[in-house]
Amino acid sequence: MSEVDSKVPRPGLLKRIWSFLIELIDVLMRPSTVFSLGVLVLAGFVAGIIFWGGFNTGLEVTNTEKFCTSCHEMRDNVFQELKSTIHFTNRSGVRATCPDCHVPHNWTDKIARKMQASQEVWGKLFGYIDTREKFVDKRLELALHEWARFKANDSLECRNCHSADSMDITKQSPRAAVAHQRFLFTGEKTCIDCHKGIAHHLPDMRGVPGWQ
Amino acid sequence: MIRKLAIVLLTVGIAGGIGTLAAQTLSSGLRGPAPLNEEGPAPPMTPMRNSAEKEVRNYPEQPPVIPHSIDGYQIDLRSNKCLSCHARARTGESQAPMVSITHFMDRDGQFLASVSPRRYFCTECHVPQSVTDPPVSNDFVDVDTLLDRATPGGKR
Repeated sequence: MSEVDSKVPRPGLLKRIWSFLIELIDVLMRPSTVFSLGVLVLAGFVAGIIFWGGFNTGLEVTNTEKFCTSCHEMRDNVFQELKSTIHFTNRSGVRATCPDCHVPHNWTDKIARKMQASQEVWGKLFGYIDTREKFVDKRLELALHEWARFKANDSLECRNCHSADSMDITKQSPRAAVAHQRFLFTGEKTCIDCHKGIAHHLPDMRGVPGWQ
Repeated sequence: MIRKLAIVLLTVGIAGGIGTLAAQTLSSGLRGPAPLNEEGPAPPMTPMRNSAEKEVRNYPEQPPVIPHSIDGYQIDLRSNKCLSCHARARTGESQAPMVSITHFMDRDGQFLASVSPRRYFCTECHVPQSVTDPPVSNDFVDVDTLLDRATPGGKR
């Protein structure tokens, strides 16, 4: 055999990968001759639980205030600013944590956002905003991204808690009641149009529509 | 002997006086019943007046008070939340009173296109009002009342 092998030239890498794939598909297509159907079904079921459960747990872990503030970029900048606002402490003790506003709650949208966030992991690894100065310089750009996202989904993350239907404007201050009747109920504007900077400090607002 | 007695008496007198003064409960509107040498409990925070109704000025030059809550309003180098309603171009949508034209004037009396930098920090003069009983009474009367007293029914 070794004589024959030495005479026939070894096929190229691509060709070998290709033949391996063909062989793999061939094996996958063939019915199992070793494991019973019961074992295969059960193993598939258990593996499914482990993988799906693990995936979801991973998703949940990355969706907590603790995870977000484990990076100093978040902890030292935006988290400090959140602390003085009504979304952090208030009379009824309900807190909106980071993902409540920054990650969609709906599954498909959530996965889409999580995939986008891989760019943020890249930014973290390469120190995109690892100093206060860099953060302040990028602040408007970062804020514009979030405002655009809220504008595009009609402030969905606000509306997960605050709904126009359950808003009792008689309990609001006169000027809030007028503004909500005129702009929110008619759908002319969405939450983020007026309520910018309620959870974090504002960037330099020159050039942002509606600001000086 | 008498001199010594006098010194002792004086010392006792001063010490006693200080003690009484310190222990005295001086009930003032601002301090409350807390003794002078102690710090009383902080008064509860009062809610902000939030009726959005204009308040009458006590004298013509008074900066109008803010008739609404301004909790969390950012006024700094980067942005001014007040101007997002009270700026000239924003008043149509907000129906808020426009920043007075006097605020467009720089220190040389020249009118600028927008609010002058020296008038940018609104809360230096304009302040919101707490809903509370004034701790100290006040007998201020406005100029109309004074003129009316001088010449009842006179024109002004």
